[in-house]
Amino acid sequence: MSTPILQGVHLELARSEVLSIVGPNGAGKSTLIRCINRILNPQKGSILLDGSDVIHMSRMELARQLGYIPQSDHQSFPATVFDVVLMGRRPYMGWNSGQRDKEKVLDVMQMLNIEHLAMRDINEISGGQRQKVLIARALAQEPDVLLLDEPTSNLDIKHQLEVMDAIRSLVAEKNISAIMAIHDLNLGSRYSDRMIMLDKGVIAAVGSPFTVLTQDNIKQVYQVEAAVKDEDGFPYVVPKSTIRNNVGGGCFR
Amino acid sequence: MLHEKVDASVKRIEVLNEYESFIGRKVFFISALILLILFLCGISISLGPLKFSVLEVYATILDKFFPNFFDVPELAPIVIWDIRLARVVTGVLAGIGFAVAGAVIQGILRNPLASPFTLGISAGAGLGAALAIIAGVGIGSSSGFLLVGNAFIFSLIPSLVIVGLARFKRATPETMILAGIAMTYIFSAISSLIHYFADPDALKDVMVWLMGDLGRASWGDLYIVALVLIICFPVLMWKSWDLNVMGSGDESAKSLGINVERTRVFVMMIASLITAVIVCFTGMIGFIGLVAPHITRICIGGDNRFVIPASGLFGAALLVAADIISREVLAPLIIPVGIVTSCVGGPMFLYLIIRKKKEYW
Repeated sequence: MSTPILQGVHLELARSEVLSIVGPNGAGKSTLIRCINRILNPQKGSILLDGSDVIHMSRMELARQLGYIPQSDHQSFPATVFDVVLMGRRPYMGWNSGQRDKEKVLDVMQMLNIEHLAMRDINEISGGQRQKVLIARALAQEPDVLLLDEPTSNLDIKHQLEVMDAIRSLVAEKNISAIMAIHDLNLGSRYSDRMIMLDKGVIAAVGSPFTVLTQDNIKQVYQVEAAVKDEDGFPYVVPKSTIRNNVGGGCFR
Repeated sequence: MLHEKVDASVKRIEVLNEYESFIGRKVFFISALILLILFLCGISISLGPLKFSVLEVYATILDKFFPNFFDVPELAPIVIWDIRLARVVTGVLAGIGFAVAGAVIQGILRNPLASPFTLGISAGAGLGAALAIIAGVGIGSSSGFLLVGNAFIFSLIPSLVIVGLARFKRATPETMILAGIAMTYIFSAISSLIHYFADPDALKDVMVWLMGDLGRASWGDLYIVALVLIICFPVLMWKSWDLNVMGSGDESAKSLGINVERTRVFVMMIASLITAVIVCFTGMIGFIGLVAPHITRICIGGDNRFVIPASGLFGAALLVAADIISREVLAPLIIPVGIVTSCVGGPMFLYLIIRKKKEYW
């Protein structure tokens, strides 16, 4: 068998907690997210939701408890924003939608302030708006846990903050939890209760943003010299330089 | 505060109304298509060596169900019921079948360029026909059934191989399309080999069979086609919402509770069955399965709950219209309708691609 992507990852998530997973490219952040809702099937190990293992649940059951927000989501055929959010009701309905489903769709669109986009085509709106639509679709699933894969990549700073604010307030309002893979250490530190730093499939550090985002951890995991400052009570990482890796590495100058 | 609440609920009702009228437009499109098909069928039946008016056609058909109500011209019952109607019904059923199969195959492969023939069905049918006509071997004994049976069985083989592959390699759209292309090459090569050793008359028969013609099916054949459609159509409608969800990609679809691979294989088998059962009675009629779903999406959007039935009807209208052209252009000579669909469909398709405002792929 090929080398495992994740190994010995043990973590617990409390209700209304936001957990960020950080780590370099290829550390297994997205893989971890996808194993939780079985987009990928782990070879070993278990994932418990309120005590029951997801391996034994049907996809439909899982879809009622876990809402997934992919990094990007290209709709191959024209679809209105309303219809895309309505897809989030699939775990609750048969082949057709009822009045209750439509009401739910309106609820979540109102919550995220995207009602005005309802009849627009999903492929014609901006990246920030699309991210909110995907969050709305996940919320329409009425999940207990939101899984987010790089929710802010490709967004400008205003939309990054808007999306993160939305996630934060939804978690508090609906008393649900969120796990997100995120590249931007500073956004992660600002918006999460706890962080996990993955390094080559293994947990390198876990705890509050201050315990995880230390100079040493960043140096070890990312091979980057960085300064960590305190900005409004959050750790703020300023990357300075990469550490030259002499083993087999070429010299650039 | 109260003001805001009222505002919000007004907005809700607005959005809901807008969505309902969007649905209403689609229902209107479907109803309009049904009327169009009835009209085109009337025209198609009225044309021929013996001319009737369109109203006389309707009267003759209704007379069978409500006798003594209508004025029926002499000879009309025989000409219409025994000769012309079967052809038009073939057109309607084949149009519906090809277009519905095309719509769902485009859906599962997430590719607007796919058609029922993408998965190797045409090459399979071609080989089956070549074996029956040239070599005289295959499934069935009497000569007519040999050809039909062969074409049916062989057109399903590529799909079965693709399903088999899906057990080893996950059934992603890419593997399925590539496997379909590979099957097409293999089957075409074997067909070519048979063609190479065939005598010219038999070769011509094969070529003509491949061109597609609506005049071959008997009423008995049509019952079979209708039965298959009646069973398969509701099944596909039941999967229509899952197809919508699969349009957002496999990952999203899985996270929304869909067993993506199983649905893909299942829908592909249904679509292949529909296509095979039509192809074996009509031969290859290209373009309907590609163009009809496409134009339908341009008109009413991508929601498969409406795209599947509407493409079916659009395909039927297109094929009946093409059949009218194929009989009238060089009358009394009848051009194979497959040639007409491609000749007319190609430029029409190009025009729509150039004119379209929305991004599709």
